[in-house]
Amino acid sequence: MKARVFVTLKNGVLDPQGKAIGHALNNLGFTAVGEVRQGKLIELELAETDAAKAKAELKEMCEKLLANTVIEKYEIELLA
Amino acid sequence: MRSAVVVFPASNCDRDAAVALEQLTGKKPHLVWHADSDLPAVDLIVLPGGFAYGDYLRCGAMAGQSKVMRTVKERADKGVAVLGICNGFQVLTETRMLPGVLMRNAALKFVCRPVGLTVVETQSAFTRKYNAGQRVVFPVAHGEGNYLADEETLDRLEGDGRVAFKYAPGENPNGSMRDIAGILNEQRNVLGLMPHPERVCDPLLGGTDGRALFHSLIEALS
Repeated sequence: MKARVFVTLKNGVLDPQGKAIGHALNNLGFTAVGEVRQGKLIELELAETDAAKAKAELKEMCEKLLANTVIEKYEIELLA
Repeated sequence: MRSAVVVFPASNCDRDAAVALEQLTGKKPHLVWHADSDLPAVDLIVLPGGFAYGDYLRCGAMAGQSKVMRTVKERADKGVAVLGICNGFQVLTETRMLPGVLMRNAALKFVCRPVGLTVVETQSAFTRKYNAGQRVVFPVAHGEGNYLADEETLDRLEGDGRVAFKYAPGENPNGSMRDIAGILNEQRNVLGLMPHPERVCDPLLGGTDGRALFHSLIEALS
């Protein structure tokens, strides 16, 4: 089974990199671009075939390593 | 005072820390590789600056999971002093041994220069030889030193006298909340700071303001 984990900054946490990307886009002429927030996409291959178990395991991975939950939130997506 | 410096892959201030410790304590510190879970009996463990594991995922995230860190945590729980400098501070926040996080600098630039600091708290094994309010100059060299924590945590840190160092007024190089440069844990035996005291222990390196930090430890722990 394959999975994707999206790690992004929690709402309200200042994102200087997102801001810089937004400015760069504005400078390129994409003047309609408003706020930009950036994050990470992590793709994983899992031996687990049970979706519920896989999700539980992924959640643990996020809590332990993939995200720093002080400032980041995560979303898990299972792919067939 | 017996000391150890942990060496992670891509630590680059481990030697600076070892030289400062040897000069000031008269004893060679143990250099302990990150994959070892054995740590000699010491009074002080230093997590040095650098870019452990290439800062992959997040600064300090991989190092925080390394074998040696489990032992460091156990020792800290037993009261052994732990000093995290720069990348070492990031490792301490990643392992939750210290609260908050160190985000990308507000201006997105790596900052490498001497910075004025105020010693805020002198009631600790790390700062007892400084005077409260004393201004010192330590170099900083980091891209991710922007200290962030929620308001409640910040109030608690300040209220409990756990903010050891602040950037002097107007000198905050990274956007850290409340100008925080270094903090103590609740038990006050763990200090994490972004500036580098070990780089200002020899006049040849441009200053000696860092010496009092090590002299404090020697006095408190010997």
